[in-house]
Amino acid sequence: MKISKQEVEHVAKLARLEFSQQEKEKLTQQLSNILTYVEKLGELDTKGVEPTSHVLDIKNVMRDDVIAGSLPQDRALANAPEKAAGHYKVPLIIE
Amino acid sequence: MELYKLTIHDLHEMLAKGETTSKAVTEAVINRIKAVDNKVKAYITVNADAAIDRAEHADKDIKAGKANSPVFGVPIAIKDNMCTDGIKTTCASKILGNFIPPYDATVVAKLKQAGYIMPGKTNMDEFAMGSSTENSGFFVTKNPWDLERIPGGSSGGSAAAVAAGECIAALGSDTGGSIRQPAACCGVVGLKPTYGRVSRYGLVAFASSLDQIGPLTKDVTDTAILLNVIAGHDPKDSTSADIAVPDFTKALKKDVKGMKVGIPKEYFIEGMDPEVEKAVRDAVKTLEGLGAKVMEVSLPHTGYAVATYYILATSEASSNLARYDGVKYGFRAQGAKDLLDMYVKSRSQGFGPEVKRRIMLGTYALSAGYYEAYYKKGQQVRTLIKRDFDEAFKQVDVIATPTAPTAAFKIGEKSADPLQMYLSDIFTISVNLAGIPGISIPCGFTKTNLPIGLQLLGRHFHEESIIHAAFAYEQATEWHKKRAKL
Repeated sequence: MKISKQEVEHVAKLARLEFSQQEKEKLTQQLSNILTYVEKLGELDTKGVEPTSHVLDIKNVMRDDVIAGSLPQDRALANAPEKAAGHYKVPLIIE
Repeated sequence: MELYKLTIHDLHEMLAKGETTSKAVTEAVINRIKAVDNKVKAYITVNADAAIDRAEHADKDIKAGKANSPVFGVPIAIKDNMCTDGIKTTCASKILGNFIPPYDATVVAKLKQAGYIMPGKTNMDEFAMGSSTENSGFFVTKNPWDLERIPGGSSGGSAAAVAAGECIAALGSDTGGSIRQPAACCGVVGLKPTYGRVSRYGLVAFASSLDQIGPLTKDVTDTAILLNVIAGHDPKDSTSADIAVPDFTKALKKDVKGMKVGIPKEYFIEGMDPEVEKAVRDAVKTLEGLGAKVMEVSLPHTGYAVATYYILATSEASSNLARYDGVKYGFRAQGAKDLLDMYVKSRSQGFGPEVKRRIMLGTYALSAGYYEAYYKKGQQVRTLIKRDFDEAFKQVDVIATPTAPTAAFKIGEKSADPLQMYLSDIFTISVNLAGIPGISIPCGFTKTNLPIGLQLLGRHFHEESIIHAAFAYEQATEWHKKRAKL
């Protein structure tokens, strides 16, 4: 196994996801298979090879600091699952 | 003659001459959707009334001489991961099931400016993660050539809608082959532009360094026309390139004398369907017969592309999809005991299994202790893959390959094993990693009458070369004239 059930539980916590016991076991198996496949990258010597995060030669795109159009409050809030007094409403954070 | 069967350029000519109206075309398309979409299931949202209303306005403008583009009054479907102001945009996910964007994606704004008609939003794999449209959170789209088979994915709804005559053309998005592979499966033309050619503003992000929007059409001429409309720099997308956009229809030339076409030896592998291999090799012979110079090239790191992609794309996805937390829009789970519990429950109930699997893989690859071994390693191999193409394009103008190793597979055939599904993208994935443009065009049919796709690849910002080669091939063959019978 490339990844243990405990690691799956840890990663799920980081990703803000929860799974049933059965789902966890299936995921452990599937992720292990995928990670075993991905291990083939280790065959390649990449010492000194620059990593590519982006294919184009574009860096630090700036624009002038001018005010452009923005959404009015009611439209910005239109998709909110819950709202109150012009704000997004969420469950209790601090007792 | 059924209007829904025609192309953008056919209809543009007829509309200009007054031989038909936008309303008649739009009604023909909407009626076609009503007649066949219960079988094909290409659309998540059909925009029937608004489309016909828009078409009536378009007809007035055409009469008044105000038609300003070849897509004016023509129904073009939009994949449901591009924001449409006031029209539901779900990404085929329950987590965005009720999301109504308050703005248009730049490509949609450009199409509106050009007077298009929007018949509806097409089905896809949830968040564009998949190769079969089976991962849609709502329903599976069927291949119009064989309803027991997948239409490809993730832009399967767009490809099937074009193939079934449920729109005149469509937009899709391509992160690892999601325009080209469904185009091949459905026997239509699909082009992924160079990364940065088309604005991603308003495209729901999957893997930001790989995603690109492009056309799905019935022929190469329509692809050039639609690319003309959507291409160009956009200040709202800092990764869109500030570089001049040519008129792509100027590349529609039949003569390919002296064009150098490369065949990568690594792409003709074991496990490829012999019918696919033969069709692609025959297509290359056709190009040679038209005057192209064919030579073998090598892309030595091809065998590492799928592994690289599934590290980088999932890492980017795990970061991009962190925004779905049930706070500002989208699905919120009920009965959460606190804020953290609300995040966890909303995400766990809102995302489907493939999306969760990829978030998990990406989160793992980026987590402490694994970043160097997976993410950084993947980025380094990406450099090697990109260099392979740079070297090959020193020798040739375009590269010809199969689009997919097989024709459309059966629904359910690969859904049990995610890795098998990932491997069906083996010929399209390197193209996104390198950021180069690629097009898939029909190049034949299997004995069971399933379409086969030829993929042509070009240098960065040289969409013209692949449009040129594709058009020359298309004009010398009849494949693009075949339509699925439903």
